[in-house]
Amino acid sequence: MIEANGLTKRYGRTLAVNDLTFTVQAGRVTGFLGPNGAGKSTTMRMILGLDRPTAGGVRIDGKRYTDLKEPLRHVGALLDAKWVHPNRSARAHLRWLAVSNKLPDKRVDEVLGLVGLTDVANRRAGGYSLGMSQRLGIAGALLGDPGVMLFDEPVNGLDPEGILWIRQFMHRLADEGRTVFVSSHLLSEMALTAQDLVVIGRGRLIAQTSTRAFIDAASGSSVRVRGPELDRLREVMASGGLKADDTPATAEGPAALVVHGATTDAVGELAGRAGLVLHELAAQRGSLEQAFIQMTGGDVEYRTGDPALAPVAGAPSVAGAPVGVPGQPGEAPASQWTGTPAAARKADAR
Amino acid sequence: MTALTLLKVERIKLFSTRSPWWCMGAAVFITVGFTALLAATIRPGDLGDLTPATTQFSYNFGFLIMMVMAILAITTEYRFGTIRATFLAVPNRVDALLAKTAVVALLAGLVGEAAGVGAWALSKAIRPEAPLALDNAQDYRVVVGVGLVYMVAAVVAVSIGLLIRHSAGAITALLIWVLVAENLLPAIPRVGDTIQKWLPFTVGNNFLYAGQQVGQDNDATPTNMPFGAWGSLLYFAVVALALLALAVGLAKRRDA
Ligand SMILES: Nc1ncnc2c1ncn2[C@@H]1O[C@H](COP(=O)(O)OP(=O)(O)O)[C@@H](O)[C@H]1O
Ligand SMILES: [Mg+2]
Repeated sequence: MIEANGLTKRYGRTLAVNDLTFTVQAGRVTGFLGPNGAGKSTTMRMILGLDRPTAGGVRIDGKRYTDLKEPLRHVGALLDAKWVHPNRSARAHLRWLAVSNKLPDKRVDEVLGLVGLTDVANRRAGGYSLGMSQRLGIAGALLGDPGVMLFDEPVNGLDPEGILWIRQFMHRLADEGRTVFVSSHLLSEMALTAQDLVVIGRGRLIAQTSTRAFIDAASGSSVRVRGPELDRLREVMASGGLKADDTPATAEGPAALVVHGATTDAVGELAGRAGLVLHELAAQRGSLEQAFIQMTGGDVEYRTGDPALAPVAGAPSVAGAPVGVPGQPGEAPASQWTGTPAAARKADAR
Repeated sequence: MTALTLLKVERIKLFSTRSPWWCMGAAVFITVGFTALLAATIRPGDLGDLTPATTQFSYNFGFLIMMVMAILAITTEYRFGTIRATFLAVPNRVDALLAKTAVVALLAGLVGEAAGVGAWALSKAIRPEAPLALDNAQDYRVVVGVGLVYMVAAVVAVSIGLLIRHSAGAITALLIWVLVAENLLPAIPRVGDTIQKWLPFTVGNNFLYAGQQVGQDNDATPTNMPFGAWGSLLYFAVVALALLALAVGLAKRRDA
């Protein structure tokens, strides 16, 4: 379990993390969600004792990270896959980590096997692809078989195959009963990966809740309904005490009604009693993006659309990332959200 | 985590990349090579000047290379983020950094020893007729003691790397200190001579050359130094350790 209490970090005039209090429960995947520059990485560095909090504190299973003896046996972290000397082999990198925490050498071979790097273990890490580096980082995090694991934007810049691999890996780790805390700026990714969410914007806590509750709370319930006689349908809904709005025809479908505050059961029964033919009746689930906007108000700026057409300056790899992975029907539209542009640029430049 | 474990970790880290090997090879090769060149080309009439002290005249080459290696040992960790990986594995930063310093200093000491003894031995092989026998404590000190100067210098270099954290900046600072400041400050009118006697590398050099002459008549070390040979080494070491304490103390408090 991770408990942050009033965690605050100031860099000069930037308040990167602002009075953050949250807990991460054991045995689940908890998503750490927020736009670029929200303070996710800073928070993770403070959890791990790398950055010193300006105020507040954070404990892992009741202890400060710096008080852990042989910390790799308790906590595994992948903050940046690039934290490897490029001229050192994967095996040598894992070996010094293992020695530092008195882990047996055979554990190095085990984790290399777990992440599928056995064949390239003696090659210099600088020649690895991003996906391979990420696997090496995960191998390092797994080395001490820790109960608590932290991952900072693990899917950033990966190809769909790599993303799927990481996602499945997270689930496996949580299924094994570990505490998994994984950050992302991609809401759609978190919806697939995390059971719980800690949501931050501009360094402040916005919500701590289950992923499902986060979506439900923010999106409300509405039903899309369509038939040949839209005008009569509207009247029937009104007489049933339901408010219905018209939505014009779009690329996704012809003109229809959206009924607010109702279930598909209620709408279907009303229409059936009136003897109306329906061509479409579907619950509309709000996307996490919509949920986020609703909960944060003006805290972040949100953009949606074709990521290829609306890339965030300097972050093309992010824009091309996991949204729209095949086989994920009903997922949020391809989308990308950013903090204020200046904040996004600053975060990228790091 | 025991000291032995941490020393082993730093040893693995240092030797699992290639550049330390290159630095060590270059330090020995260049230092010994220059001395050999001198021994081979010295005119028969000047053979009397080829003393044990003279064989060490080029130790500055290897010593600078090893200081650069010591700086890189720490600044590349910052550059590639492995310092963070280190602090994750060993949250006691003081212990981790002291272990690194010890490994680097020990290595520099061994290289200094190899370069010093190598330069003397090769000269003796090339010019058996030269007065190269190690006759007294002074002769031994200048040939065998050079490793100690390398060792202390490596501690200074690690500290500079730890304070500045960037390879280029740290190496520049080192070169300005060793090659510029310690050579130009003594040129300041009136106070220059006094300042010179307290400059750390000048004093460190005095450990080797106190009371010695190199070549014909040029003094290898200023006259009227405040300390004798061993006192000079002690002073140099105290300066190095003070700098190290400052650097490690800061690294403990700063964000990694
Ligand atoms: N070492 C640092 N020095 C100065 N500012 C920093 C530093 N690290 C992060 N910041 C700033 O703190 C804010 C939060 O950054 P970060 O934690 O990287 O956000 P995220 O990981 O959510 O994208 C940003 O405005 C960033 O520019
Ligand atoms: Mg980040």
